[in-house]
Amino acid sequence: MRKNNGFSNLYLVLLFAVLYAPIFYLMYYSFNSGGTMHGFEGFTLEYYREVVQDTRLMIIVINTLVIALLSSAIATLIAILGALAIQYVRNRRAKNTLLSLNNVLIVSPDVIIGASFLILFTIAGIKLGFVSVLLSHVAFSVPIAVLMILPHLQDMSPTLTDAARDLGASRRDVLTKVILPIIKPGIFSGFFMALTYSLDDFAVTFFVTGNGYSTLSVEIYSRARQGVSLSINALSTLIFLFTILLVIGYYFLTRRKSRTAVAIAEPAAEAGVPR
Amino acid sequence: MTNKGRSYYLIPYYLWIALFVIAPVLLILYYSLFDLDGHFTLGNYVNFFTPVYLKMTLTSFWYAFLITAFSLLVAYPAAYLLTRTKHKQLWLLLIILPTWINLLLKTYAFIGIFGTFGPVNNLFDVFGIGEQQILFTGFSFVFVSVYIFIPFMILPIFSALEELNLSLLDAARDLGASGWTTFRRVVFPLTISGVRSGCMAVFIPALSLFMITRLIAGNRVITLGTAIEQHFLVTQDWGMGSTVAVFLIAIMALFMMLTGGSRKGVQK
Amino acid sequence: MKPLVNAFLAIVVTALALMYLGAWMNSNEGYSGGNTLTIYNWGDYVDPELLEQFEAETGITVIYQTFDSNEAMLTKVQQGGTTFDVVIPSDYAIAKMREEKLLLPLDHSKLPNLAHLNPRFLNLSFDPGNQFSVPYFWGTVGIIYNPELTKGMDFSSWNSLWDSRLKNNIFLVDGAREVMGMALNSLNYSVNDQNEAHLQDALSKLNRLSPNVKAIVGDEIKMLLAGEEAAVGIVWSGDASEIMDENDKLDYIVPEEGSNIWFDNMVIPRTAANVEGAHRFIDFMLRPEVAAQNAEYVGYSTPNDGAMKLLPPEIAEDTRFYPPAEITDRLEVYDNLGKRMLAHYNELFLMFKMNKK
Repeated sequence: MRKNNGFSNLYLVLLFAVLYAPIFYLMYYSFNSGGTMHGFEGFTLEYYREVVQDTRLMIIVINTLVIALLSSAIATLIAILGALAIQYVRNRRAKNTLLSLNNVLIVSPDVIIGASFLILFTIAGIKLGFVSVLLSHVAFSVPIAVLMILPHLQDMSPTLTDAARDLGASRRDVLTKVILPIIKPGIFSGFFMALTYSLDDFAVTFFVTGNGYSTLSVEIYSRARQGVSLSINALSTLIFLFTILLVIGYYFLTRRKSRTAVAIAEPAAEAGVPR
Repeated sequence: MTNKGRSYYLIPYYLWIALFVIAPVLLILYYSLFDLDGHFTLGNYVNFFTPVYLKMTLTSFWYAFLITAFSLLVAYPAAYLLTRTKHKQLWLLLIILPTWINLLLKTYAFIGIFGTFGPVNNLFDVFGIGEQQILFTGFSFVFVSVYIFIPFMILPIFSALEELNLSLLDAARDLGASGWTTFRRVVFPLTISGVRSGCMAVFIPALSLFMITRLIAGNRVITLGTAIEQHFLVTQDWGMGSTVAVFLIAIMALFMMLTGGSRKGVQK
Repeated sequence: MKPLVNAFLAIVVTALALMYLGAWMNSNEGYSGGNTLTIYNWGDYVDPELLEQFEAETGITVIYQTFDSNEAMLTKVQQGGTTFDVVIPSDYAIAKMREEKLLLPLDHSKLPNLAHLNPRFLNLSFDPGNQFSVPYFWGTVGIIYNPELTKGMDFSSWNSLWDSRLKNNIFLVDGAREVMGMALNSLNYSVNDQNEAHLQDALSKLNRLSPNVKAIVGDEIKMLLAGEEAAVGIVWSGDASEIMDENDKLDYIVPEEGSNIWFDNMVIPRTAANVEGAHRFIDFMLRPEVAAQNAEYVGYSTPNDGAMKLLPPEIAEDTRFYPPAEITDRLEVYDNLGKRMLAHYNELFLMFKMNKK
């Protein structure tokens, strides 16, 4: 393995500094007794106390996580099939049409997606709440996951699958033993991007939710008029620290295990998911 | 490969397209044909070709282009360097992690950071540059947008680089190619599919950005996304909002045709 | 293949475990089944302690759901699919909901605490006779300014905003009615003016304001002004009081030419499932002690005379947020201009935005 030199290390350090700057800014002010995100007055843990005591907020956090994990997993499954579908279409025009259809939801602003899903759900008579939110999140996460998986399929040499078929592998074997292992990094990228989409979505969830079901984004955005209180900062800090511990902890756990094993495990694979 | 009749496992995806893509698009098309009073009209389409909307379309394009270009410029070297670090999977995860913190909160943080009395201006003061207005400029808009989209660009490029056969690089070097030549003739062409999917994942949503235009650009940048948002939520003119959306989708499809067309030339 | 399947299973198992935990917490809170009341309100716009008090008194479990704009709320109520028992929209949205027959008439006999409300805030154009709505909070639109930065400038007129000393120093709130209304007021027209010539006058006057405008922003205007990013802002009084809580250097004024007076009222939508509970909740919120506690928590102006007597004098006697009748008489409620006119206002506002350099 070639080592990065000082200059390239500096580049990465800078990149990470910028990526985490707003998060550290948020975390810093979650301890501000002044109650605002500017002008640090004094240290307090008041907002953390508020978070822990707020059961409604806790339920909302759990809802958010459940929706994010389930919708991303389902969306990734559909996206694998979708990427295969797009890949197997030989006709270039048909392929482009399929890709364009795939991308419609990425290009449509959230309000439009939200409003049209709301109309669809009411026509279909689906009760607004957990199911409608889950379906919508699956729906708008599929295209981004497809975009992440597709290049891996495109790069895969067709001779590989042909060879497997010639050697007598069944269709199913080709899929599970040849194709899936090759596109695995894409599948994980797709899953993580779907997770990002789901956690960040406000507008679509707002329209399709109901009967008291809420997610963190909806709650945060609707607090904007009153001013988002620092307890939301505190909550984000807790979530952030928890996630980062999970990610790092799991990474090193799997790594130690795999040292004895043959290959380096896919840390990205299961990271973030405790067993 | 095509083995017709046994593609039943593709059903979920086609079902998804039918229910969540085609149906909403039909709905949008339908709405775009009605005016405020609910009368059938083509007026919305005529209205789109007025200077106001054309200018907006151009602005959206220009900024989406800038955002994509800068994302690529930052992301490619980053992805390249990441593949060479020790715990690369971990670092990659750490790139994605910030995206899981609520966007509105991060944007509020950026308002604080870029503000007149924020850390960036303090830094400027230290270096004697003096106070600058960073918020509510095209620069801050592009910067924050790139910030939002950068993981979407890094991820596919990283995966593409990962699959790159290292022996190819050695071969190129053995044949006397310089670092730059190796990159231009071997590495970049082989990762072009990752670059393309990254560009798509950035450019397409960048066309319809809306919240950042208000929060960070103070409505100095008005994009098609903002217009749709306004029509749906403020004026409740779903007709015009849908019309703008129809154009947005058409533009995206056109973009797909163009980039899709060049694919064969590069790869085969 | 195996790590893929494992990862997938791990995710699903985690999600299901979390779901179970969530359901358990929900049932502990009593959210599932039984006697519930769904309140649809802006985020953090009620003191949560009061909701608990209401639950303890009545045995009704409150489900609190939130929205972030009147228009988004309207879409949800129109489409149905979910029931809300009490909703808290703003004045013009109430007019619209009334027009579209989305509201249930209130049974005044079940609301004895109505008597505590100041008659100034009753029987207004958006709901004559308060047939459908009861005021929750109210306020004005005005200028918030930083006397230190504006060096003694006088803001008793809207026209002071056009002063060249304020170059790049004004934040406008991102609302077509507010900004157009301000320009119309400055020309001594009504905030509800529909005369095309007057509107064009207002637009060209606004375009001349462009050099002074630093940005047109939404709710974040509060943190921007409190952080002194600009010296002057056009804001709702509720926001102003919050900004001044954070930064006491600032001051708020409603210009003499007139301005807007706004209301957030409680209504019961036609689709309500617990109409009885909704009336009980509204009457509960009208109780002077409750209204006073809520006003202190939220920081907006209460229309409840009984509550005014219970509020600390420094709040109740602040004429910036509780202006006397002779000032409120000059203020106008936004009329429902109809879709066409509203679209026209927005179009003009959009032109003003695009005009900016």
